[in-house]
Order: sequence, then structure tokens, then C-alpha cells
Amino acid sequence: MKLPAFDYACPTTLAETISLLASSNGEARLLAGGQSLMPMMAFRIASPSLVIDMRKLPGLNRIEIDANGVRLGAMVRYCDILGDERLRTAHPLLVAAIEHVAHYQIRNRGTVGGSIAHADPAAETPGILVTCDAEITVLGESGTRVIAADDFFIAPLTTALEPGEMITQIRLPAWPAARRWGFQEFSRRRGDFAMAGAALFLDRDDVGLIANAHVGVIGVGDRAIRLPQVEAILNGATAVNDAMIAEIEKTTAASVEPFDDIHSSAAYRRSLAGTMVKRALKSALA
Amino acid sequence: MTVANALVGSPIERVEDLRFLRGRGQYVGDLNFDDTLHAAVFRSPVAHGKLISVDKSAALAIPGVHAVFTAADLGDVIPYIPMRLHPLPELEPFWQPVVAYDKVRYVGEPIALVVADSAAIAEDGVDAIEVEIEPLPAVMTKPQAESGETLLFDKKGTNEVLGYRGYRGDVSIFDTAPYTRKERFTVQRHTAVPMEPRGLLAEWDAERQHLTMWGAAKVPFFNRRILSRLIGLAEDQILLVENDVGGGFGPRGEFYPEDFLLPFAARHLNKRIKWIEDRRENLMAMNHARECDCEVEIACDLKGRILGLRGRGVVDIGAYMRTNGAVGARNIAQFISGPYRVPNMNYEVGMIVTNKTPVGTYRGPGRFEADFFRERMLDMIAEDLGIDRVEIRRRNLVTHAEMPYRMASITPFDADDELDSGDYSETLDRCLAEIGWDEKAALNGKEIDGRYHGLGIACFVEAGGAGPKEFARVTLEKTGDYTVYVGSAAVGQGIETVFAQIAGDALEVPMSRITGVHHGSTRNVSDGFGAYHSRSTVMGGSAILDAVAKLKDMIRAEAGRRLNCSADAVEIVEGTTAIGPGGRSIALAELAAETDLSVEGSFINKRLSWAYGAHATHVAVDAETGHVEVLDYIAVEDVGRIINPLTMTGQIVGSIMQGLGGTFLEHFKYDENGQLLTGSLADYMLPTASDFPKVRGIPMGNHPSPMNPVGAKGGGEGGIFSVAGVIGNAVAAALKSFNVQPRDLPLSPPQIWELLQAARQSPSSPQ
Repeated sequence: MKLPAFDYACPTTLAETISLLASSNGEARLLAGGQSLMPMMAFRIASPSLVIDMRKLPGLNRIEIDANGVRLGAMVRYCDILGDERLRTAHPLLVAAIEHVAHYQIRNRGTVGGSIAHADPAAETPGILVTCDAEITVLGESGTRVIAADDFFIAPLTTALEPGEMITQIRLPAWPAARRWGFQEFSRRRGDFAMAGAALFLDRDDVGLIANAHVGVIGVGDRAIRLPQVEAILNGATAVNDAMIAEIEKTTAASVEPFDDIHSSAAYRRSLAGTMVKRALKSALA
Repeated sequence: MTVANALVGSPIERVEDLRFLRGRGQYVGDLNFDDTLHAAVFRSPVAHGKLISVDKSAALAIPGVHAVFTAADLGDVIPYIPMRLHPLPELEPFWQPVVAYDKVRYVGEPIALVVADSAAIAEDGVDAIEVEIEPLPAVMTKPQAESGETLLFDKKGTNEVLGYRGYRGDVSIFDTAPYTRKERFTVQRHTAVPMEPRGLLAEWDAERQHLTMWGAAKVPFFNRRILSRLIGLAEDQILLVENDVGGGFGPRGEFYPEDFLLPFAARHLNKRIKWIEDRRENLMAMNHARECDCEVEIACDLKGRILGLRGRGVVDIGAYMRTNGAVGARNIAQFISGPYRVPNMNYEVGMIVTNKTPVGTYRGPGRFEADFFRERMLDMIAEDLGIDRVEIRRRNLVTHAEMPYRMASITPFDADDELDSGDYSETLDRCLAEIGWDEKAALNGKEIDGRYHGLGIACFVEAGGAGPKEFARVTLEKTGDYTVYVGSAAVGQGIETVFAQIAGDALEVPMSRITGVHHGSTRNVSDGFGAYHSRSTVMGGSAILDAVAKLKDMIRAEAGRRLNCSADAVEIVEGTTAIGPGGRSIALAELAAETDLSVEGSFINKRLSWAYGAHATHVAVDAETGHVEVLDYIAVEDVGRIINPLTMTGQIVGSIMQGLGGTFLEHFKYDENGQLLTGSLADYMLPTASDFPKVRGIPMGNHPSPMNPVGAKGGGEGGIFSVAGVIGNAVAAALKSFNVQPRDLPLSPPQIWELLQAARQSPSSPQ
């Protein structure tokens, strides 16, 4: 588990980074926190010819909050999110989800940009981005483009990022103070990838009916997804009763498409997704 | 004034800990000499196949690669690794060659050793080796192995290895017994995962024709004997050095293919070569353990008194019979009766070979498995017969008055062991009191906030102190202090502390005057047997007592000569001064300055020691996720004499944690082609501190062993024996309204959920 030989660059500008990426014929990999890339290189699953270290790139570690929402630079680490008091009101769902990410040491190095570039279907950050209609800003030789989170994640370890592009920023839309939310995940041990997880929030419209329900799940398919069938049950409702919760649990289980894998059957994950959405909803309403 | 016998029994902090906590431990990976080359092992990517050719040219072309060794470089006869324990001739056809040459039989089997300037370049060399293997069907399951359609060892004509049998009395009692119950249980493949993987550093001194190898652990003397034979050197041409060892637990320190390949390459190249196992190869190359499938049938009278036990089990030993690969099967056959009175028994345990990593011992080999089966059955029988779960155990535990109690005989490699001493009801009572059994009884099966609560209880016996003997040397230094050398090995269990306590009391000196406890390496004593079977304290401690007695005789004789009196007239005071008649005295340091005062002692074991105890737990089961939370866990064990309550408690707690890992989490999974799917610690899940925060261990020392002068009984494993049984029992108690009966490990959340699903669909279920 020793790394294969590779060239190393540590650019100080985005322009230099883009030009290094462009000249590498797709053989370069960006190094953010290294929590996925380094193990993959140690296992020799990934053998990039060039590793481009992002640590000296300016401005990518900023968390900005204003009326347009929360903007996270690609190099913002999980511990930065957990340490930023403003986010507890500016985006409590994000904070709650990030608390479930891995272990202390990993949260000290792992970044949001690295997580979404890696695109693990069970990871929390992609789940929050998809659930919250986040936008991802990427930079390439031809300039900047903005990709909706739902379009960004394609399959396990596969994103809409083109060769030569890098993630620079994530924007989460503004969070109304009155919004109700819940996050639940189940993993074998504290810090493991979720076997299933649910993130959700709901608002109330002018007359007090549930509106704008967003329900997302992780770990139960090839990418994080929202569940429009479940959202439809919630939207327009005056209150959530036990029968509705039971229907939501059932609808969730029917809507997701998990696989059998070495850790469990698809049937188990299907049921677990229902349980997680149910529990997240109960905590949102509590 | 020194208080005699103040050290043994005291909770003395480990003397080892200072250096470990300060980062000054020295493991084999920490050794860095100049001019050292590094090795990496090319392992079979295929589970089963004929090895046609190995092309090493591309690897040799890499700058920095010095050599690649394959079977072709070893000469005409490829050595095989012999067995250390229970070496029966029938098992010899299943031994593993030090490197694959005609066939490969598991993913991870060594095919070549690459030696290079750095470990990274050696791995580049491994990547560049091209191997041609004609694939054969992988034998991955018990039915596949038993069908014999594909054979691992063609000449043997079968995939079934000999079986062990535990027997006594007459099991025709089953024909007339008023009640019988038969159940089938399985335990999944898992093993110990020491924090420090294996590592070796081999050095050949061409001038002296002498081999030194660092990284020895557990059984250095035995491994030197094997290596001497395989590599063609005399034993005194080989020094095996034990450094600090980051955990043993059974697999670490046994003789593996690398233990031959490294010194062979070092000798061939006349270089120092270092190999540090990485975690991926550790999980596929070091011994696996535990995988078995067993049917157990128990006959009782209607009061729950056991009349007989019979059945048959099969242990999957993987691709080869390794040094101690038969112990698990043997121990299931012996330990299936546990601490209970089983007058009639016939229990057979066979072994099969499959295309998986070979197995060996893992803390509590065979006992973890057997205790799971037996303790689960006792709960099922109690329920059938309407008897309290504690009461059925009381009715069957061997009593103090019945000891020594002859257990079932074991064959082959025949043994007739006896439960030696103690009062099993004492540990059971203490365990019940600690968990609050009576107060919590009403919780069994109760749903609180969506989780079902349950309690479990189980009893065990732990054999320890395996013979045949152990050696120790005690030296009076010229400073007047003492140094202790033992043949026992340190694998992290704290023997430097424990042996200093035993030696200090025997010499009547404070621990500060035991200036060193040296262990493991093959240069300290004439022979040694090492660290396994919970034997280090029992055997090494007893050998120290013998050495101290002999050293005192030697000191008295020498002092008598100097003081012109008989040795009998000399009194040694405080380990410092020899006093003769009339108050004439001489300092021991003065004696040591002129005469070499060092003596070797030994202890020869007649019978094993039998510690015993009970485990209890309180769990809460989430019926929606299948998650089991261990709310409380207690193990009580009487170890005869407690040398150090701190280290003993640590042994129990550590054992329990490993047992919880094996019960809930750890599982080596393979696909149908024999690829290991759980080759990293992300997928092979070890228990962490936050998973099981409430685990308690209580050692007791009410009944010293009559079998050794220390009075100690092996206590390194009892904490793991009952874990699966007591957890299984607690889960069944929690889910009794669903009639869920755990029979298969691990009790993972999906597994519990599937059991609940099945129970809900079963027409007999009340739910």
C-alpha cells in the first residue's frame, strides 16, 4: 500500500491549475483533503501521473453567507462547517448532516469539494446538495459554468465534471428561519458510510399548509436522490398524522432502488430508507 | 523493611506503558538500518488454478528492483511449513508450501518475493509481474467441498480432512430420553486483527554464516526450529529477535511463508531485507478463523438435567493446514460441554479445505464457537421445559464437590482433561448481581421507545497453561539488582509487569530492583514455548519461581563458601545481604562481582489450568433497523490467583470487545470465484470504543490452581468465550414475542431484520 510514483504540483492560482489540468491529458488528479484520493492511490486503484495539490489556491476555503444563501468554497473542510457558528442558523440541515461524516481526523482534512467530486452514493454532502437544490460552480479552460446538484451526480464515483474542470464553489439556497428539517442516517458503526440516510425539510405557505417539501435519501441507489412521490404527500397537507407517516414510509420504500451488496440485501435497505425518512420527518415535526 | 508478597495481587501500573505512551515502543517497523532492501510479496490473484508460468522480466527491468524470487529459485524441493500443534501424519498432505509452485489455492497465496530499494519500488515490481494461471473451479462452500467434484489436493482424493471426536459414556441415552432438541448453528469467518501487522527484518552475516531475524513473536523458539529445518542452518546459526509486538491474539507470530522467504532472500542476496505487511495483505494472508457449521443435539430429563450431547460439525480451514489450523475443530469437540455435567457425549468435528485463506487459532479458538451453540441451546431448552434460564444452568454446572471432573475424551491426539478446581456458582452469582438480573427481569421482551430489551446469561470454562514446559533465567547483577529472562513471549499482554511482580515477591525485593524482564528472543534462555493458550503467566511465572529458588541456593552456597559456613546456615535478607552465623554478612553485590550468579529454572506442566466464569448482558434491539445496542456487559472470571488486577481486567475487557466484534461486525466475505470482498478495514469492520462503551470485567481469585506453584490459571481468553452466546440469548429474550432465535453469526442489523421478517411471516408467530 505504497503510492505509485507520480509528479506533484502545488499551483498558487486557479489559472495555473486549469492549465496544468488541461495539459495532463486527463492523467492529473486534484488533491483537496486527500481522504478518498490517497487511499485509492495507496490501493493502486488510482495512479495519476500528476497530483495537483489545491492547498495554496486562494479563496477556496471561504464560507460566505448572505441573502442568496450559503456559499462554500471547494476547499472548505467538514470541521470548518462544524466550527462556523453562523451555519447553525444559516443552514442547520447541513451542519446536522456533516456531524455524521466519518471521524474527527477525517473531518479535519476532508473537504466538501473532494466529497462531491468523489460522488459516493452514501455520502452526506452530495445528499444535502441534492435535497437542497444546491448549485455547483465549476471552472474549466472555457470559463465557469454552474451545474444543478441533481444534474451533477450521475452514478457512483461519476459526476458531470468534464476533463479539465475543477469544482470551485457550492451554493446552497437561503434557509428561512421557520423551516422545519430532519436528518437521520444508519450506519454499522459511528462514522461509517450510511446504509441509508434521509435529509428533509418543509415550509408552511401563507395559509399554514405544508409547502416546498424536499425529501432526499442517500445510500439506497447509485446516487443521492429526492423522492417527489413523498414530497407530494406532504405538500398541501395541514398536519402530518400517523397514517400519513405510515404512507410516507411505505412510499419511500417503494420509490428507492437499492442494490444487494456485501453489507446487506436490497430489501433491507429499502425498508431502512423508509425508517430513516419516517424518523427524519418525526424529528422535523417534533 | 520490604513487605514480602506485596507485589502479586496488587494493581500495579504496567511498566511497559511508559515507553508505549511516550512513543518509545520499538516495533519491527521502527528498525531502520543502513543498506536495507525492502520486499513485497506477489500474491495469487486467483483462488484456484494451475500455476503455468511466472514472468519476472518486466519487474527486474524496473530501476531499483534487485531480485525476484519464485519457486524456481528455491531449488528442486519446495519446503512445506509443518504443524506446531497436533501434528498428525494424516494432516501432512494439506501443509502449505513456502511459495506456490504447481497450484494456487487461495487469493493472496505467495507466488513471488520482490526485493527492491524501497517498499514502493518493490510494489511497482509486484505490479509488473506477469503470471499465467489456468483457472480451476473455486471450492467456496461446504457442499462444494464435500461433493469432491473439484479437489484442492488431487492426490488426497477428498477435500475432507480428518475429524476430531469428543466422547464419553453412551449416547444411546438419546433413544430413551424424555426430551431432546437438535439445532444447527453457524459462525462466520473472521479473525484477530492486531493493530501492528506482521513484519520481518532478515540479516545474513556471510562471514559468521549467521542469520538474524527481527520481528519474531509468540513462538520464536519453535519458529527457529522450523526455519532451521527448512532453510538448512543449525539452530545456533539463527537468532530470532522479538521486538515490541502490537497484539498477538493467536495469528501473529505463527510461521508463515514470509518467515521462510525473507531469510532465504537475505541469505541469497547477502543483504538486509525488510518486509512490513500492509493491512490489505494482512487481511488476506494472516490466519483466518472461526468458520464452522455445526449441528448440536442435547437430551435432558424434564427437569432440564443434561443426559447426553451429540452431533457433528464441520470447520472450514481454508486452503491449507497451517501450524495450528486444527485447534479450532479440536476445541469445538472438547468445549461443547463447557462447565456442565454431560455424562454421555459423542461430538464429531470434521474439517474441509476450500479456496480461502487458511485458518489458525484466534483467541478462544473453538470455544467461542462451541459456547455460542451450547449457551443458545440451554436457553431454548429452558424455554421448552418451562425452566428458568439461570436455574437450568445451576442444575447442570459441575459442582465443587465433583472436582476434579473428568471431561469427555478427545481423539485423535488423545487428551483426557479434568476440570480442576473452583466453584462455578460463585462467578455465576457475582455476574447476576453485577448485571442486576433480578431487578431487570421484567425488562425481558419489553418495548421501550421502539426498542425491545433483553438480558442474557452464559457460563464458561477456560483452559490455560498449556505445557509441556517453560524456561526462565534469573541473574544477580553486579549492581545487586536482578534481571529476569523468560521463554514466554510478549504480545502486548503486560508480562514485563507481571513477571517483575512474581520475581520481586519471590526474591523479596521491590520491583525497582528487577531491572529488566527479557522475553521472547531466542538468545535469553535455552528453550522457550511462547505465548499461546493463556499460558505465559502460568508457565513463565512458575519457571521464574523455580529459577529464583535455584538462584537463592546458589547464593547461599557461594556466601557459605565466603563466610566459612554451610549454605544451610546462610540467610538472605531483603535480596540484598547474605547473613551467616554470628551476624557475619556479605553484600550480594559483592558476591556477584566475583562469581557469575545466574541460573535457569523451568516448569513442567502436568495438567492444564481451568479458569471459569460467567457473562451477562442487557441489550436493546431496534426492530426496524435490526440494530442491537449493548446497554451493559459484564464478565466475571475466577483466574485462581490474580497477579495484577489491572492487567487481568484489561484482558477481560479486551477479550469482550473482540468477541463483540465477532458477534456483530467482523466477517470475511468472498464471492463465488474466491475473491475476498472485505479486504480493507472499511469493509472488514472492527469494533471501536464508541460502539460498545459499557463493557466491564471482574477478575476473581478465590480458587488458586492446584496445578502450578503460582496458583494462577490462564485468563487471557475467558472474556471472549461467551460473547456470542450471551448476546444471542439476550437478543432472543428481547425478541421473544416474535420467537426470534439467533443461530447464525454475525448478528448484523440486516441479519436481525431478516430474522424478524421471517418470524413475522411464520404462521406460528404470535405477531
